[in-house]
Amino acid sequence: MDFLTILQILDSTVRLATPLLLACLAGLYSERAGVFDIGLEGKILAAAFFSAAVAFTSGSVWLGLLAGIAASMALAALHGVASITFRGNQLISGVAINFLAAGLTVVIAQTWFLQGGRTPQLSGAARFENIVLPGAASRIRDIAQQGPLGQIYSELISGHSIIVYVALAIVPLTWWVLYRTRFGLRLRAVGENPAAVDTAGVSVVGLRFAAVLIAGVLCGIAGAYLATALNAGFVKDMSAGRGFIALAALIFAKWRPWYALSACLLFGFFDAVGNRYQNIQLGEIIVPVQFMQALPYILVVIVLAGLVGKAIPPRAGGEPYVKER
Amino acid sequence: MTTAAPAIELKGISKAFGPVQANRDISMSVARGTIHGIVGENGAGKSTLMSILYGFYKADRGEIFINGKPTPIPDSQAAIRAGIGMVHQHFKLVENFTVVENVILGAEDGALLRPSIAKARRLLTELSQEYGLKVDPDAVVEELSVGHQQRVEILKQLYRHADILILDEPTGVLTPSEADQLFRILERLKTEGKTIILITHKLREIMEITDTVSVMRRGEMTNTVKTSQTSPSELAEMMVGRKVLLQVDKTPAKPGDVVLRVEDLHVRRGGVDRIKGVSFQIRRGEILGIAGVAGNGQTELLEVLGGMIAATGGAVTLFNEPIDITGKHSNAQTRRARGIGHVPEDRQDEGLIMAFEAWENVAFGYHKDPKYNSGPLMNHAAIKADCADKMDRYDVRPPNPRLPARNFSGGNQQKIVVAREMDRAPDLLLIGQPTRGVDIGAIEFIHKQIIALRDQGKAILLVSVELDEIMGLSDRIAVMFDGRIMGERLPSETDQNELGLLMAGVVTDSTRGAA
Repeated sequence: MDFLTILQILDSTVRLATPLLLACLAGLYSERAGVFDIGLEGKILAAAFFSAAVAFTSGSVWLGLLAGIAASMALAALHGVASITFRGNQLISGVAINFLAAGLTVVIAQTWFLQGGRTPQLSGAARFENIVLPGAASRIRDIAQQGPLGQIYSELISGHSIIVYVALAIVPLTWWVLYRTRFGLRLRAVGENPAAVDTAGVSVVGLRFAAVLIAGVLCGIAGAYLATALNAGFVKDMSAGRGFIALAALIFAKWRPWYALSACLLFGFFDAVGNRYQNIQLGEIIVPVQFMQALPYILVVIVLAGLVGKAIPPRAGGEPYVKER
Repeated sequence: MTTAAPAIELKGISKAFGPVQANRDISMSVARGTIHGIVGENGAGKSTLMSILYGFYKADRGEIFINGKPTPIPDSQAAIRAGIGMVHQHFKLVENFTVVENVILGAEDGALLRPSIAKARRLLTELSQEYGLKVDPDAVVEELSVGHQQRVEILKQLYRHADILILDEPTGVLTPSEADQLFRILERLKTEGKTIILITHKLREIMEITDTVSVMRRGEMTNTVKTSQTSPSELAEMMVGRKVLLQVDKTPAKPGDVVLRVEDLHVRRGGVDRIKGVSFQIRRGEILGIAGVAGNGQTELLEVLGGMIAATGGAVTLFNEPIDITGKHSNAQTRRARGIGHVPEDRQDEGLIMAFEAWENVAFGYHKDPKYNSGPLMNHAAIKADCADKMDRYDVRPPNPRLPARNFSGGNQQKIVVAREMDRAPDLLLIGQPTRGVDIGAIEFIHKQIIALRDQGKAILLVSVELDEIMGLSDRIAVMFDGRIMGERLPSETDQNELGLLMAGVVTDSTRGAA
């Protein structure tokens, strides 16, 4: 395995980790505020469809992105109304949103485009193009000519869509918001002990809605990235469980932004390796591709079994806040 | 400030929850710079009234005046703006935040935290010196003792410039010495011109620290008197509406044979040693009281003896017959069969199933009793009849076997548990926190029942965090601290101070010498 191959795998890791990372950060905001969000998956899917559909119809990927975010936020608002305003069960509301998105996207796609529940192929301005950073080579032949540093720059760092860079920037931003701002303090507090926030004269409902809607925005970007950058159009169930892997990554990351980045990169890496190699030969043993694809989940089970430290969720997570006497 | 207007004046406050009138036409006035006590039984409406004052509920009718000005308080923000701070019975702290983070939460100066935290740290140092409220601003709250957590709550209110402090049952979780410290702090606050409202059911505290006291009964404020012109028994009478015996009436114990013998008991739970070698014995006709601050192993002691958890070492015998405490061959069921009754500390979690009806709850643990069964089926009619009989004799109100447990008041729930466990006259009764959250009238009744059982020649292990209860009921007192028994005393030869020191783990010459 030569150096460039490794770089290509890492490059692919970054691409595949991006939607996970966005969804994971979405979950982080929501769950840090005490609202479990099983519905990441559904929001990603809805955003993927609406971004692709609007990007195709309007010819502008930016309008598509906005539509994706709007769709995701609509579902987030639904989750908020069900679980915050009406204090419903957060898990059930999330599951309902997943079913809703899985069904509605295909039905609307079929009536809108008549292509069997998918959108037409996107091209040109209807897709996010890869950005070639200044001084970077973009063709594989040119990259191969460069030295190791140049290869890292051109292959790994340069050549991603804008969303990849945005997603990476959101990690330090999230850390900063969470630990350095008033909003972050209150957000963390409301996920730990909403009664403390309430008696301090701050609206629990307002904070939780803010968190859930931020999650909506981030899931919207994740979905748009899937349909208009990583792929060229929407197909049925294209989110393919990423919302759930993101939740697993969130637990792995112990609900912290930098850890979330590491966890998502790790899961993205397994995904990339699984995509590139059908089977991995380790001496006499052949590791089948199914194993690589299952690895992220196996990891989560290990994490949850408590082998890798202790993952303590926000204490008020999953519980609707009811004022007590 | 210049006027002599009272700090707080309530006029004609009324509040109903559905058909229940929680507060009825309440008027009250508290002078600036005084400590005002509010006493009343559970459900008398104290908490509702304070919640209205703190903006948690909106009154149906009535007006609130702060410093003579009419001040509507629709929400907690308005209360904070009006200078009202509340220290809740169950602290409203974010446990994994630091002290300073908890203090600024909701009262930050700007969108960024750094300046707020710096300012708060400085102010906390000042406040802690001014009022003797020492606490480390950077400590994580969950690592602080309960007493210090309470200081954080008070600091939080002072940081918000509260001039009026409401404290709801503040000493329930404190050791006597912590409670003394709290009272010194409150007195300091009073001399600085703060107004304090103290809600408590402990009449001793009212007498000790308040200037004036109001009594609430059934949603009405029945009396307001100067503390110096009243007495605990008069207050108790006003609360209940009839004469109440505060002192438990009992004859000296006549101990007989040893019933329970515990030797070198060890319990480990959650990786922590909860009981570290406890030995004692209880004889017939004797009440052994276990005093101590909650969480020093008393819970585990009851649960091991009651068969709910296993011990890791030691031996227990009942009438010189060993009891299996490894949890392998016995459980709560077999303990009951051997004549051990158990009134658990937490009636709502362990004593009752709240959603089940009273008659079902009465059968729990004794459901195999032949008189409750006919063949393979349970005899519901027999259980209901037995329940109605118990309810009658134990004064459970309302005496309706078909009512779910949660629809009874705390005192009546406890009477259901007490009736179930004590009516079979067990040879050994384990009873934890018999009167927690129970009103004065019911306390009197339950205490009488415990004494009556003792006088039948039964052995009783009483665990309570209420020192008054321990002092009043026990024939001997053992104090637990950190999983050990710090010492045994006779109630006649000890006092609250000495027990308080033992509860804090202090064994001094005076505590040794007094025995």
